[in-house]
Amino acid sequence: MEIITNIVEFLSKYYSYFLKGTFTTLQISFFGVIFGSLVGVLISLMRLSSKKIISRIARVYIEIVRGTPLLLQLYIVFYGLPMFIPLPESRMFLGTLAVLLNSAAYVAEIIRAGIQSIDRGQMEAARSLGMRHGVSMRYIIIPQAFKNILPAMGNEFIVLIKESAIISTIAIPDLMYNADTLRGITYKPFMPLVIAGVIYFIITFTLSKILGILERRLAASDQGSEA
Amino acid sequence: MIKVVKLNKKFGKLHVLKDIDEHIKKGEVVVVIGPSGSGKSTFLRCLNLLEQPSSGEIIFDGKSITDKNNDINKQREKMGMVFQQFNLFPHLTVLDNITIAPIKVKNMKKVEAEEIAMKLLKRIGLEDKANTYPNKLSGGQKQRIAIVRALAMNPEVMLFDEPTSALDPEMVGEVLDVMKSLAKDGMTMIVVTHEMGFAKEVGDRVIFMDEGRILEQGTPKELFNNPKNPRTQDFLKKILV
Repeated sequence: MEIITNIVEFLSKYYSYFLKGTFTTLQISFFGVIFGSLVGVLISLMRLSSKKIISRIARVYIEIVRGTPLLLQLYIVFYGLPMFIPLPESRMFLGTLAVLLNSAAYVAEIIRAGIQSIDRGQMEAARSLGMRHGVSMRYIIIPQAFKNILPAMGNEFIVLIKESAIISTIAIPDLMYNADTLRGITYKPFMPLVIAGVIYFIITFTLSKILGILERRLAASDQGSEA
Repeated sequence: MIKVVKLNKKFGKLHVLKDIDEHIKKGEVVVVIGPSGSGKSTFLRCLNLLEQPSSGEIIFDGKSITDKNNDINKQREKMGMVFQQFNLFPHLTVLDNITIAPIKVKNMKKVEAEEIAMKLLKRIGLEDKANTYPNKLSGGQKQRIAIVRALAMNPEVMLFDEPTSALDPEMVGEVLDVMKSLAKDGMTMIVVTHEMGFAKEVGDRVIFMDEGRILEQGTPKELFNNPKNPRTQDFLKKILV
């Protein structure tokens, strides 16, 4: 019982740290997911382009992002990039930028894999009926690919929320940063970190449940999925 | 209607089609036979540029479709194609499978496209399947619907790429019947097949291909009863046991 009173006491004193931190984490995750997906779609289109140079640029980008640590990418965006490109100096902006640029590479690969998983005969059938490439993509390929893509995308969103904790290293007061601050203030290492962990888990678990429902709805509304 | 001049196709080092010259006339039913790997499917796929020829020219309705400035989509509207693997769109109902191209390519009104689709479905006796998804159909039904899907664009010529090869034997007949009725209606058809019975019955001309060349051609009677080329003789001996 004592532990519960301890937690309640702790929270009543420091709840604002968790509240603000959670809000910041959600904010970064939200923009990271939205813009990361948009940039990811763009990169996947480049990757699938028939123009070799464009496809190669996208490929190089994806390989570099996948092959280097996120922490390093964050430092490069935060400390390095503003030296060459005029960017807003806001920590939030640069932190979110680093996270979304990272996520975009993974999103691009998910979309590419989803589109390429569709049987070649589908595109051939569409083209043989006189549909142009873009029309075939829009009405034949993408609707089928979407179902393959959705689970992997949900996974990527969850990864992004968790990995966003890394921006605490550039002193953005997100959930991770605030939990760590509390550890310093209170000399209690365990309590604030566990509470932060529980909050992270609630966020990702909720998201994964929501995506699960969405997937099932999609499968139910489309009986053609097994053909 | 379709004229092929010195058509060559190479896949890397593999020379699949060698100097093919061919002339397909309006209303003609041409059956292409030959051992597997002889290039007959590649030849067919070159006709609507699903395969890009390495060299040579293809002229359809007086227009060179191999010309760089030609918009192939316009000719593809007039060339229906039926595939070995059916390639129906699994996320669309039978009706939508048939109407999507007329609606999206020809800008036809939905009602009009559906009316045409239902008429075509009635012709093959599958009007009750209009709202079914392809995965609920048998192979024979799928292929008949694939044929109808191509017909909905009102093509001038139909290309068949081994349309019965992926079917269970008891379903071959129903697909061939649809093709026969098409031939009877005067449709120009180019059919790559192993169905020699079909070739004999409805073919106006049979082409024998081997190793990327047309080795022999003639009426079914000539080719089947009196083949001249030793390789044609050999091939026919093997399949007509």
